[in-house]
Amino acid sequence: MSVDLSQFHQVFFEESYEGLDVMESALLNIDISEIDDETINEIFRAAHSIKGGSGTFGFKDIAEFTHVVETLLDLIRSDQFEMKADHVDLFLKSVDCIRTMINQLESGVSCDMEVADELKAAFNRLLDGEDAANGGSNQVDLNKTDESQDNQSNAEGWQIYFKPELDILRTGNDPVRMFRELSELGELSVIAVTDDIPSISDIDPEACYMAWNLTLFGSATEEQVNEVFEWVVDESELVITPLILQRDSIEEDQDTSASEDDAVSEHKTTIIPDDKDETVDKEVADEQQSPTKKIVAKKEVKTESASIRVGTDKIDDLINMVGELVITQSMLEELGKEFTIENLPKLMEGLAQLSMHTRELQENVMRIRMLPISFAFSRFPRLVHDMSKNLNKKVELELLGEQTELDKTVMERIGDPLVHLVRNSLDHGLELPEQRLAAGKDEMGKITLNAFHQGGNIIIQIIDDGAGLNKEKILSKAIDNGLVSASDHLSDDQINDLIFLPGFSTAEAVTDISGRGVGMDVVRRNIQELNGSVEVESTEGEGSVFTIRLPLTLAILDGQLISVGEQVYIFPLVSIVESIQTHDQMIHRVSGGCDVLRLRNEYIPIVKLWDVFNIKPKHETVEDGLLVIVEGDNIKIAVLVDDLLGQQQVVIKSIRENYRPVHGVSGATILGNGTVSLILDISGLIKLAGVGRDTYKKVSDTNDTEAA
Amino acid sequence: MNNETEKDLDKINNELSEAQADEQSDQYLTFFMAGEEFGVDILAVQEIRGWEPITAIPNSPSQVLGFTNLRGTVAPIIDLRHCFGVESASYESSSVVIIMSVQSEKSEKIMGIVVDAVSDVYNFSKSNIQPSPELTQTKQAQYVKGLGSTKDKMVILLELTEQLIAESDVVADRQLSAG
Repeated sequence: MSVDLSQFHQVFFEESYEGLDVMESALLNIDISEIDDETINEIFRAAHSIKGGSGTFGFKDIAEFTHVVETLLDLIRSDQFEMKADHVDLFLKSVDCIRTMINQLESGVSCDMEVADELKAAFNRLLDGEDAANGGSNQVDLNKTDESQDNQSNAEGWQIYFKPELDILRTGNDPVRMFRELSELGELSVIAVTDDIPSISDIDPEACYMAWNLTLFGSATEEQVNEVFEWVVDESELVITPLILQRDSIEEDQDTSASEDDAVSEHKTTIIPDDKDETVDKEVADEQQSPTKKIVAKKEVKTESASIRVGTDKIDDLINMVGELVITQSMLEELGKEFTIENLPKLMEGLAQLSMHTRELQENVMRIRMLPISFAFSRFPRLVHDMSKNLNKKVELELLGEQTELDKTVMERIGDPLVHLVRNSLDHGLELPEQRLAAGKDEMGKITLNAFHQGGNIIIQIIDDGAGLNKEKILSKAIDNGLVSASDHLSDDQINDLIFLPGFSTAEAVTDISGRGVGMDVVRRNIQELNGSVEVESTEGEGSVFTIRLPLTLAILDGQLISVGEQVYIFPLVSIVESIQTHDQMIHRVSGGCDVLRLRNEYIPIVKLWDVFNIKPKHETVEDGLLVIVEGDNIKIAVLVDDLLGQQQVVIKSIRENYRPVHGVSGATILGNGTVSLILDISGLIKLAGVGRDTYKKVSDTNDTEAA
Repeated sequence: MNNETEKDLDKINNELSEAQADEQSDQYLTFFMAGEEFGVDILAVQEIRGWEPITAIPNSPSQVLGFTNLRGTVAPIIDLRHCFGVESASYESSSVVIIMSVQSEKSEKIMGIVVDAVSDVYNFSKSNIQPSPELTQTKQAQYVKGLGSTKDKMVILLELTEQLIAESDVVADRQLSAG
């Protein structure tokens, strides 16, 4: 049979990852004092299908490893083995280990068996420990473990005892043929055991009375040997034991795996020259044990997973809608063939239908890319479990709004910043149990991850009830670093915002103060790259709330078209607060040339788009044009434009792809008439116009420009 | 654009694809700009288009004219005259845009260069190309790969780089030109 199995590999990988996730969350849910059978079954089933799958596809290492895990699970399931807390950790480690192995397979690197072997040995010890209870000394067990471990990979050959049943020859199986096959696998010596041969008068000429002791030297695997006897194994006595010749080879093996390891870590640094990603990853990796470290490294190598699982109902909807679209199209075509003016209402109706269908279709296609945010949240129970243990903190994690849907690309890219923020809350936000008790709080700290939709955006909040940001220390640190001057008067929000400044992320700043600041600028930059924003609110002694605001999708945007001179620009609709026509009394000229709009007791700086973009407008003065009040980075500005045109959804096209970033512009789109129109970036405009809130803001401006 | 120029463009595009199929020798597409004949590696040329209205880029360097819509892709259009310090001309329907892929640090970028007219396709072997020492001081030197000579004339061979869209000190003053 020559079916190319490799085409199914990707599916196997994905299923295995899902299975591992199931195992992980079930393991984390286990209540040691009262083990629930169903949970164990769930873990067992997941492990079993991974084993089955990897066996089918010939991923021997994974199959073998999972088999050991499964065996122990089976014992637990049948109440022959009592599960303890440290066993859960062992299982968690093995989940990590399997994930690493699959990761390595996926990226085409051969499996690194070092961790697997270690864990396997640990499992075998547990399994044998069970045997030991039934009689057998510890010493023997240890040897046994060693031996059985060697079985798996380091055998130099095989000792085979083969005793077929009497009528084996009648079924057409010829031992000689099998031996010949074996001899192809390596050097074979055959010794016949003739003890059972009866006296000549009793012999049935068609029966086989012999047994054989075979010794096979060479690198054949147990599977290969088994394969030879595949057809007769049920009708014969077959004992296959590995031959151990010398120990050197084992060490050799370990050496190679170690050097592979090096190669992997080298890989990591070369693959991601992008320093910001690395910082996040490194910090994540440093905190965790080596298996996780490798996962992080591998993830970078792996291209973002290429497939997506879509429910059939979503596909059915799409097919329906395309059908409708085709009907409308043919109707319009019919109309167009012999068009008379009487048919005009019909045409209009058809066009309206067309636009409705198109929009529906578009929405549904976008929905295909939407996944519930639980995909991004799912890693946190484990992270919190591990970290709280390391930090000796008691933490309860609450996940809210897990079903909130988010674009897959956004989801993939928000993962790291989220991990970073949660780690920060755990590490710096929550206090140790004693401190919490002293402060009159519950010993158990609480971190809440909350996600919900709000007006075309998705909001993700990371809430902790820890100590909150220490404003004085942040401020003094910022003054030390020259980010602000001591004479500046900053509001609380502005002080909190300081932690997102690049200069604030140095290592000393993190450890010296109890506040935060580990690479927060990286977090903010990553989120801003997704057209999102991040803010922090904090009450000292009560905790902090980090709020991330992200667009639902990166591909489409609701836009307001405006014109300046001959150019048409687009404001993201979500950033527009209002549009007004002004008169003289509302405008105040401030020295330094900046005009300010007074609107309901709020002063808003006016930005003349023609001025910052250096183009020729129809109206140069504020009185003749329109002011569009937009908000970005918590700053409002009033942008002077010539005219407001229509509103429409626009498909975002990259301008970086063939050009480079342009200040004040986030992307481009193509309008109905085929021309290119630029989409304005509000925070970029604010920087370009130089109307930032305060001097400290400008520091971040210059840094951001460099980063861009 | 009238029918005739369209036909011409079709013809040239056809020749272009034929020439690209035959990769045995180094072929160069040549074009005219301010009376001089320039050549670019034909494998970098994607297509040749007529002049179409473009969208200005705010505060772009003056050699970057703006963006055009290339069947859904947004590509910048470069004024090669400006890069070479040749006096700028006004652009009209007879101007031709050569769409090229330019190697950049990470990827290839698609951009268009405006020229007066497309001329011909020449084969140049290495021995036919000479370096151009006397050009090293001028503005265009960084793009000049060498001089190719045919029987009766000389072609300036260019190697365009990402430098074309680099920030320059001079920012286009569109308040004057766009009005």
